[in-house]
Amino acid sequence: MSNGQNERREMTGAEMVVQALKDNGVKHIFGYPGGAVLPIYDELFQQDDVEHILVRHEQGAGHAAEGYARSTGKAGVMLVTSGPGATNAVTPLQDALMDSIPLVCITGQVPTSLIGSDAFQECDTVGITRPCTKHNWLVKDVNDLSAIIHEAFHVATTGRPGPVVVDIPKDVQFAKGTYVSPQTAPRTSYKPRVQGDLGQIKAAVELMAKAKKPILYTGGGVVNSGPEASHLLRELVDLTGFPITSTLMGLGCYPASGKNWLGMLGMHGTYEANMAMHDCDVMLCIGARFDDRITGRLDAFAPNSRKIHIDVDPSSINKNVHVDIGILGDVATVLEDMVRLWRATVKADKKALHPWWEQIARWRARDSLAFKTNPDVIMPQYAISRLYELTKDHDTYITTEVGQHQMWAAQYFHFDKPNRWMTSGGLGTMGYGLPAALGVQIAHPDALVIDIAGDASIQMCIQEMSAAIQHDAPIKIFILNNQYMGMVRQWQQLLHGNRLSHSYTEAMPDFVKLAEAYGAHGIRCEKPDELDDAIREMITVRKPVIFDCRVANLANCFPMIPSGKAHNEMLLPDEATDEAVANAIDAKGRELV
Amino acid sequence: MNAQLQPTGSAYFMARETEKPETHTLSVLVDNEPGVLARVIGLFSGRGYNIESLTVSETEHETHLSRITIVTRGTPHVLQQIKHQLERIVPVHRVVDLTVRAQELGQERPLERELALVKVAGTGTDRVEALRLADAFRAHVVDANTEHFIFQITGKSSKIDQFIAIMRPLGLVEICRTGVAAMNRGHQGM
Repeated sequence: MSNGQNERREMTGAEMVVQALKDNGVKHIFGYPGGAVLPIYDELFQQDDVEHILVRHEQGAGHAAEGYARSTGKAGVMLVTSGPGATNAVTPLQDALMDSIPLVCITGQVPTSLIGSDAFQECDTVGITRPCTKHNWLVKDVNDLSAIIHEAFHVATTGRPGPVVVDIPKDVQFAKGTYVSPQTAPRTSYKPRVQGDLGQIKAAVELMAKAKKPILYTGGGVVNSGPEASHLLRELVDLTGFPITSTLMGLGCYPASGKNWLGMLGMHGTYEANMAMHDCDVMLCIGARFDDRITGRLDAFAPNSRKIHIDVDPSSINKNVHVDIGILGDVATVLEDMVRLWRATVKADKKALHPWWEQIARWRARDSLAFKTNPDVIMPQYAISRLYELTKDHDTYITTEVGQHQMWAAQYFHFDKPNRWMTSGGLGTMGYGLPAALGVQIAHPDALVIDIAGDASIQMCIQEMSAAIQHDAPIKIFILNNQYMGMVRQWQQLLHGNRLSHSYTEAMPDFVKLAEAYGAHGIRCEKPDELDDAIREMITVRKPVIFDCRVANLANCFPMIPSGKAHNEMLLPDEATDEAVANAIDAKGRELV
Repeated sequence: MNAQLQPTGSAYFMARETEKPETHTLSVLVDNEPGVLARVIGLFSGRGYNIESLTVSETEHETHLSRITIVTRGTPHVLQQIKHQLERIVPVHRVVDLTVRAQELGQERPLERELALVKVAGTGTDRVEALRLADAFRAHVVDANTEHFIFQITGKSSKIDQFIAIMRPLGLVEICRTGVAAMNRGHQGM
């Protein structure tokens, strides 16, 4: 990058795109060619530094780039053509926006002279993607191109990370102009705040030191802040002795094997985590955003607590829930100050927390994740538990689709490190997991990458099996096949008199034959006593595997906070009789999602 | 549309909103680049906020900065959200809630002015009356023939509302208003 001759030199727009990718440290991009990006594809063809991963659908490119980004901490990059290429990218862009994933999407556009003329494969890309990106640019002058791409990487990866789009008309790709390197490119006004206010941090530490029933509630912001944030979080937990829970997005920041871990909180969180949230007197929220899946009924959310919120995005603070102390800043930077201040000023008396831990122990004893195994049928919870046991000693990364299997994965697969868990949390995108697994595998070629899937979700981006074969990405698709859109069916049971409107997967493909058709390896398992061997086979095979795990069809995902209820009104598995399930949600709750 | 009574994003919000909605004037300093206005307006429509008045123009030509003045209505909580959401937009440099700032300075409201062009057509006594009232409102005649006047009037929005109401029975033909331009009193900049 210190290559002096690159500082300023003449090149075409297409050459600039490739040069800018190199200068921003990009090794892999995910894309699909088309008319309006052909000049860029021509440049990609003539070099070896940036490897292009050809997907089968632009949505797959986006989710693959998200998986790549989430597992590496670097920006994911996708390249698609104009019109349908860009519109197909909308779902992953919104997905990345809601989960704060750094994603740089380069789109081709019709030549500037044709913009606005309803040309072939024209769409208003910046208009369509404006609400689903952190920022976007239409490049009309080739001399602005390199600076805009550098800025795009900067915006995507700093502050609260997110997706950006750079829309490049075809004539700009052909035009010659001056390339500027990232170091010399002019910076705009965008400067996210990193350092937290020391006064606020001090106030937070004082509040925490006096807490009798404290809790740490962490989220995806800890992952985004980088590995140092997870280190500091662990240090803070050790120093304070506080119990800790996490959102779906934050799993792995604090190890699930750690003694202070309460499990995930929220709609399908553990009893101890939700009860502790409800009864706490001081809540420290770190890099999470009080999402409706977390808070349940807002006016009954942690009613007797003082709340502290660390977030890099000022609009997240006091958005859904009023907090007493809001600390605006990067998680790692703020935690560093917080740990230092705690060390310097607080005489740790962990004994004071004994009654609180005793209370938590009573909640834990409720064993809210218990399930009954069945000798004849594989219970989905059992399948995930076995998958965890048999893969935990490998270098394992997990992605998921969206639905019951996703919640079971979050509950029964345990993560000890950040960046190991890729799931679509905010948008809830079915079809995310397979392409995300492809992206993770490209970034970590020797790792064991498993997409825990459902039989409905997997069919939404199944075409990327072909991409996995092409790029020798030995991803494992572990399908919890219950022949239903399980979460839809569960909600129909809860809310709609068990009328299972269109939630049964009719005309199910034969997944084993499907795997073989793609040139992958297919496994089917129907018996609990055959499961371990089948999973071992899946791990051993050095090519993509589709594992059709036939599980109990009508199992429900518990524990659950029914819509419109508070944290202390959970539905636990042993209490969830058919009648209790049918009456769990009242008329008011029915209107909610 | 009463979406501004609810915080955005959560269908679970069931607590009653006890705060009362207020009208505030925001000043937003942005890079004058294509699409910036669409970003600001898209934010308001996408999140269900209200715009009562919106004025935009380049104010600093050298640095390509534009100033957007938005009059919006919401509870204090929603108004704070609007400010923070605006600050997230990449080409937005600065957002100041002029109403809050005025209150901090011990004033009731910021300085808010509007300009309107008001076309009135008529003959006889209506025409004389229109001219007499325009004079009382310190409106200027900027175009006229024997059948019409175009008045230019500046002042607070309430004054312009009043002027328009008075002109209506006197042969009002059309109105064009600039929307509010605003800044805080005193020597300090935004």
